[in-house]
Amino acid sequence: MTGKENGMKNDGVKIIKTTTWSPGPGCHGGCGILVHVKDGRVIKVEGDPDHPWNQGRLCSRCLSMTQYMYHKDRLKKPLKRIGERGQNQFKEISWDEAFDLIEEKMKKIRDDHGPESVIFHQGTGRDIGGWISMLAYAYGSPNWMFGLSGISCYTPRLMMMSITQGDFAVVDASQWHEKRYDDPEYTVPETVTIWGQNLPATCPDGFFGHWYIDLMKRGTEVLVIDPRCTWIASRAKLWLQLRPGTDAALALGFIHVMIKENLINMEFVERWTNSPFLVRVDGEKPALIKESDLVTDGLAFNFIAHDPVSNSFVAWDSDKQAYKKKDIRPSMEGVFDIPLANGSTAKAKTVWTLYKENAALYTPEKVSGITWVPADKIIKGARIYAKSQPSALHWGLPIDTIPSTVPTSQAINHLWCLTGNLDNPGGNAIARYAYDVVTYPYHTGGAILSLPPEVMDKRIGIHDYGAIKDFRAWAQPDKVLEQIFSDKPYPIKGMWIQTANPIACTGMEPKKWRDAIKKLDFTVCVDLFMTPTAMLCDVILPAATFLEKDSLKAWWVPLQAIKKVVEVEECKSDIEINLELCKRFMKDFPYDNPHDLFDSLLKSAGITYQELTDKTWMIPPKGHPSKPYFRYEKGLLRQDKRPGFRTPSGKIELFSSWLEKWDLAPLPYHEEPPYSPVSTPDLFKEYPLILCTGRRMGPFFHSEHRQIPWLREQQTDPVLEIHPDTALKYGICHGEKVCCENWLGKITVKALVTPVIHPDIVMAEHGWWFPEKEGKEPSLFGVWDVNVNQLIPMGHEGRAGLGAPIKSMLCKIYKAKG
Amino acid sequence: MLIDYEYCTGCRSCEVACKQEYARPAGRVGGVEVVEFIHTLPNDQLFITNIPHFTRACVFCAGRVKKGLEPACVNHCMANCLTFGKIEDLQAQIPKKRKAMLWTKG
Repeated sequence: MTGKENGMKNDGVKIIKTTTWSPGPGCHGGCGILVHVKDGRVIKVEGDPDHPWNQGRLCSRCLSMTQYMYHKDRLKKPLKRIGERGQNQFKEISWDEAFDLIEEKMKKIRDDHGPESVIFHQGTGRDIGGWISMLAYAYGSPNWMFGLSGISCYTPRLMMMSITQGDFAVVDASQWHEKRYDDPEYTVPETVTIWGQNLPATCPDGFFGHWYIDLMKRGTEVLVIDPRCTWIASRAKLWLQLRPGTDAALALGFIHVMIKENLINMEFVERWTNSPFLVRVDGEKPALIKESDLVTDGLAFNFIAHDPVSNSFVAWDSDKQAYKKKDIRPSMEGVFDIPLANGSTAKAKTVWTLYKENAALYTPEKVSGITWVPADKIIKGARIYAKSQPSALHWGLPIDTIPSTVPTSQAINHLWCLTGNLDNPGGNAIARYAYDVVTYPYHTGGAILSLPPEVMDKRIGIHDYGAIKDFRAWAQPDKVLEQIFSDKPYPIKGMWIQTANPIACTGMEPKKWRDAIKKLDFTVCVDLFMTPTAMLCDVILPAATFLEKDSLKAWWVPLQAIKKVVEVEECKSDIEINLELCKRFMKDFPYDNPHDLFDSLLKSAGITYQELTDKTWMIPPKGHPSKPYFRYEKGLLRQDKRPGFRTPSGKIELFSSWLEKWDLAPLPYHEEPPYSPVSTPDLFKEYPLILCTGRRMGPFFHSEHRQIPWLREQQTDPVLEIHPDTALKYGICHGEKVCCENWLGKITVKALVTPVIHPDIVMAEHGWWFPEKEGKEPSLFGVWDVNVNQLIPMGHEGRAGLGAPIKSMLCKIYKAKG
Repeated sequence: MLIDYEYCTGCRSCEVACKQEYARPAGRVGGVEVVEFIHTLPNDQLFITNIPHFTRACVFCAGRVKKGLEPACVNHCMANCLTFGKIEDLQAQIPKKRKAMLWTKG
């Protein structure tokens, strides 16, 4: 990179404009930065004031890049294990040797056991999904996996949004406008509801957390739903301190109040949702009535409504996005006897009638008993959300990390559908990859390569769960772990681990993951530092930071280039590593180098990679399907260009036809967490505190950064947050060592006595290990002393194969001895 | 330095920006340290306040300012709650409805 734009200054320092994504700050990226380079070395990283995303700001992790890149412990060359597994006996080898060895070992597994016997294991969704799935498919394996139990990180919410309104929706903080808050098309939300996220400490999923501070300065009020009093909760108009894992009940309580107090946007609901469709209610389970139930030549994806004028039943033509009778305004409510094609009569209700009956069950008093939130606050919260215009809702990971994630995500998603805060300025805007540039697909096929159906049929978990089969292309991790030990229906022999640290971070019951990794014939780990997971592997490859690689990002907006600024030792980027192996595993692999691949991915944006790097970032123009607003009215969402949504019916499906198809409850409901004072009262007597985990730590991204001096000094040890009353009860003082234990395991960490947590809940941090401690087993960098995942089970995924009880377990605490 | 601390989230970008700018060692305070207060107010409401405290080591980035740049902490503050300038200009910018602080060079 030597572009004219990056003029050399007198002092020999070159300033290069680029953008962030993963290795380094670790996060989900997006920030524009100015990199100061002298003599081939990065000497400083600053925020780019001209970039609309961060406008010059930068977090402490990115400001520590020089310490990260040139850290003495960085992996610099490929390593090959020469001793026993886990004994820290490795030898440096050349890249050629490493590639040859991997090719030989993995081809042997493929020949002996079939390509499906190798799992391709990634961590959270960063600059990896496209490249690791490409490698898995070039090798021939359908088992591309994210290892968190129940895939409990955004995927459940994405799945639910996808089947409810055909697209994902995120808060519109003006990120689609170059001029941001000052763009005349933009409206500042009257209220943002922040449901389960400590935003200033995180930039989740294509979002910059501090945009909320910008909005608050411009008048936005916040409504916060969180078991902890976060900084933003302490400034909220209303803060609802709910019991972990009861979010669905709270959302249904809101819906109850909104219906009772006429706070529903009925015009929107009537026109854009499937609320008038008829549901058969005399069977075992409620089921949408299809045109094929009424007439023999009817279609199974056309639905039925009642026309009150002619008192007849009319089919909704999902293809034409119209009723088969002109100018009807179907009944929103009612109970009907409907004659079927087989001569019988069915009892039916409209979706809206059923929906109201369902919501009627969740009175504020009942919901208060479930959630611990006082009834008057539930009513007040519902009013604030529903009356604000526009009203935006930001939800966090706790919605995924419960087995009941499907009905929970559904209920919360319905809030913006019932109030019409969808794809409106300052509401929840539909988010698509900028310019439709897809590296990392949400459908079941691949973005770069794909596999034939008979191979994809071996993907682990798809025969257990419809949602796993039909949404995204990931193997189900709980089932993968089970299969590693059972060898059924086929044995697993190898694992490729890239951007993941299951032993310290993503793996629940991590000792099972340790045993699983050690049981396999061959394992590779790609990382930047030696980690507890890498320590167990056979080959370790040193990866590049984002300043040492070319790449691109389109999640969600802008579309931007990540530019290689320098090289560090022999580190290679994830894409380079994977592309080289793709060529070795697949005959006629279509791309010679990363730039060829990027050019091909950028076709939908009509530019080349070189053109993108010249611009650094691009925001889609007005009228583009990847830019808001009101695209459902303009016919910009559906392939056929008709108004409506990308769902089976084209409507927002309040009663979900996909959930019905997967044999799951089509309407939202509350389900107790599997371990709770209510579900397991006997266990609760022995373990009388709710164990919540995973609140974000500003200086660290999950399990990363514990070796970076400017970050680690901000927090040296893992802590357990305990309320002062609870600490007093158990005789625990602030700062002393405390054990947190349940029937699965125990950790010993420092007590952080603080009133921000509820007295009946303790909050443990995740991702801890100590790079400075002994690396070889059994220590594995001290991970077993502090990894809270040892108290959380695998195999408790929800009914859809999604969600797991990660933030709502039970535990006891006591002062540590010695 | 005008500190609109109502919006300081305690992210510590200012601390690390300062450390990067002056290659300061870890384990020592640099030009600024953020202090967090968790108060239970008389009405029982919990309230969290963060105050960036500028230490004796702060030189208000004289070198950067001379080049027309903002001090490193001001440039990178995630909440945009720091403003650097002449005291009379800053006085005029004190937000009317909020508590704020002026930190002077002396």
